[in-house]
Amino acid sequence: MPQDAKLEMALKCPIPIADGESILMGHGSGGRMSGDLLRNILLPALQNPVLERLDDQAIVELGGSRIAFTTDSFVVKPLFFPGGDIGTLAVNGTVNDLAMGGAKPLFLSLALILEEGLPLDTLCRVMESIRVAAALANVLVVTGDTKVVEKGSGDGLFVNTSGIGLVSSGVRLSANQARPGDLVLLSGTIGDHGITILSQREGLEFESAVTSDTAALHTLVAAMLDANSDIRCLRDPTRGGLSSSLNEIASRSHVGVELEEDAIPIREEVRGACELLGLDPLYVANEGKLLAIVEPKSAGAILDAMWQHPLGGSAQIIGTITDSHPAVVTIRTRLGTSRIVDLLSGDQLPRIC
Amino acid sequence: MKYLDEYRNGEIAQGIVAKLTRRATRPWVLMEICGGQTHTLMRYGIDEMLPASIELVHGPGCPVCVTSLETIDKAIEIASRPEATLISYGDMLRVPGSRTDLFHVKAQGGDVRVVYSPTEALKFARANPGRKVVFFAVGFETTAPANAMAVWQAKREGLRNFSMLASHVLVPPAIRALLSSTRNRVQGFIGPGHVCTVMGYREYEDLVREFHVPIVVGGFEPLDLLEAILMLVTQLEEGRAAVENQYVRSVTYEGNLRAQEILAEVFEVCDRKWRGIGGIPESGLNLREEYAEFDADRIFGTEGVTADEPAECISAEVLQGLKKPTDCSAFGTRCTPDNPLGAPMVSSEGACAAYYRYRRHAIAVTESH
Repeated sequence: MPQDAKLEMALKCPIPIADGESILMGHGSGGRMSGDLLRNILLPALQNPVLERLDDQAIVELGGSRIAFTTDSFVVKPLFFPGGDIGTLAVNGTVNDLAMGGAKPLFLSLALILEEGLPLDTLCRVMESIRVAAALANVLVVTGDTKVVEKGSGDGLFVNTSGIGLVSSGVRLSANQARPGDLVLLSGTIGDHGITILSQREGLEFESAVTSDTAALHTLVAAMLDANSDIRCLRDPTRGGLSSSLNEIASRSHVGVELEEDAIPIREEVRGACELLGLDPLYVANEGKLLAIVEPKSAGAILDAMWQHPLGGSAQIIGTITDSHPAVVTIRTRLGTSRIVDLLSGDQLPRIC
Repeated sequence: MKYLDEYRNGEIAQGIVAKLTRRATRPWVLMEICGGQTHTLMRYGIDEMLPASIELVHGPGCPVCVTSLETIDKAIEIASRPEATLISYGDMLRVPGSRTDLFHVKAQGGDVRVVYSPTEALKFARANPGRKVVFFAVGFETTAPANAMAVWQAKREGLRNFSMLASHVLVPPAIRALLSSTRNRVQGFIGPGHVCTVMGYREYEDLVREFHVPIVVGGFEPLDLLEAILMLVTQLEEGRAAVENQYVRSVTYEGNLRAQEILAEVFEVCDRKWRGIGGIPESGLNLREEYAEFDADRIFGTEGVTADEPAECISAEVLQGLKKPTDCSAFGTRCTPDNPLGAPMVSSEGACAAYYRYRRHAIAVTESH
């Protein structure tokens, strides 16, 4: 009986839920609402030290090896877009979550949730993309599952992938390791993926030369770690963009981040689209970029390694870690002034005028 | 980016600030009218660059912020009806009504959609004849012509399932209300560049004559705003009061006559309640009687909806420039963008949200000194 009581206590939701509270789209944005959901509802139910590291992947010791393990679901609309589709995202996204832990990705699982009525041709195209992306990333899809839901219960096709990789013994990357004085490196231009998706959305179609940057980053990571292992933390700034990843690092490491607006590479087309749509590129999603927090003395060697790699050609130092405003990210504008780069509450909303 | 980077040049900005510092011999209180201008001032930290003698207060020009609580409640009520599709600009969705917001209505199954243009709402109405499609038309003279065009087009096509919940507001009556207040502190205005692109600046000459206050129509980039501030301070120091146009690359004296025509065809001037300020006579636009069949307020019978604003919110004082967002005891604690007590904390153009998002660290540093 006492044990049952303990179990019941632990399962009780830790925060009082107001009547009628429900999931909003903002809970999936990667912003503050997502964080609240994680902290208040999900983590309390699952408490364990591995999960509580809250990195993009879990790293566990098994039979003397360090195994990286991660999972990700993909719900993109439209399914196909310039530069890729839901299949390439599902492979690269999970490969990247493993890579951000410094792991060599090895095996993936693939779960498909298919909506009644989905053309088989669509599924074939996505499977072909998955085949190609897995081959390029040198990972094997070794297990899977399919489920079909009634028409109206899904959005054509949802994909989940989980992944396993191996981490070398000397590699310890985590969002809680940034130290004042460290430098912030970014592997290339931001906002390409998010603007590509927006440009294809119903009701918002606009012509754009931008394509999604979806790519598997593990060989770039391997090259960086080979050049110098003094990397504190890696993150791929996906949903919520650069801002969400940096805010997470700032708050997990109790440090401030100071960005230089001029140093952040953004394509002209992406800047233009953001100006027109009233969006800030710092909050727009990427699928093939990484942020690295590194010791200053190692930055040169790591940057060199990035520049040599096809996915790091326009890598830049974009900021520094400071102790002056813990858990806050700021940016120095072109005018020499400084402002906060806050975590958004939910999705970025287009402004009226 | 061409035509934008030129207006964000740090060296030129410093040059204007240096001139401003030489020219300002006394303290001056200036107000930017438009929410887009507030956003730029905060995003680029322009108030940090100005000499201490120049105080900027932030005007009532954020359309999201001044849309009355009862209008939001009406939109929420309409969006909750099973037969209705409410189509809106994105940043209206998070504005709290009396009890809930449109995001929550959407989560409960309400059909709420976001567009960038009212013509998208027309397209949706044509494609979905079984839905009652309502466009939530808020904003100043800037957004009004496109919305007028949508209604005009719907009438021409005989589109029966399209209507509009219109709550447009006008800038000049709001400036008049501010200047008429015995508590007014504002000595010069940065005029709303986009509003004047549509309306021209003829109507601002009456205000200048009546109240002897300089108005400089300004743009939205950092250099636009700095230049407009310099032009205002120059007038004030010289004891002049005139309407001047800084935003010459967009604004003409007459404005966009075609846009004004369609406005006059579809809308008529009406009294309007502003959130945080209250009623201002002849400060809004409603659909004309000839377009009554497109008035969502009538179609859905929401004319009687009324609402009271939360007592703790000082948005009235903030929107009139009497107080800064940081003067509010709830700022950053009980009132944040995640949990706004009032509209200026909701939109990124709202003064409170702009302070919160962009300047919190500077405020914290100043206070700890």
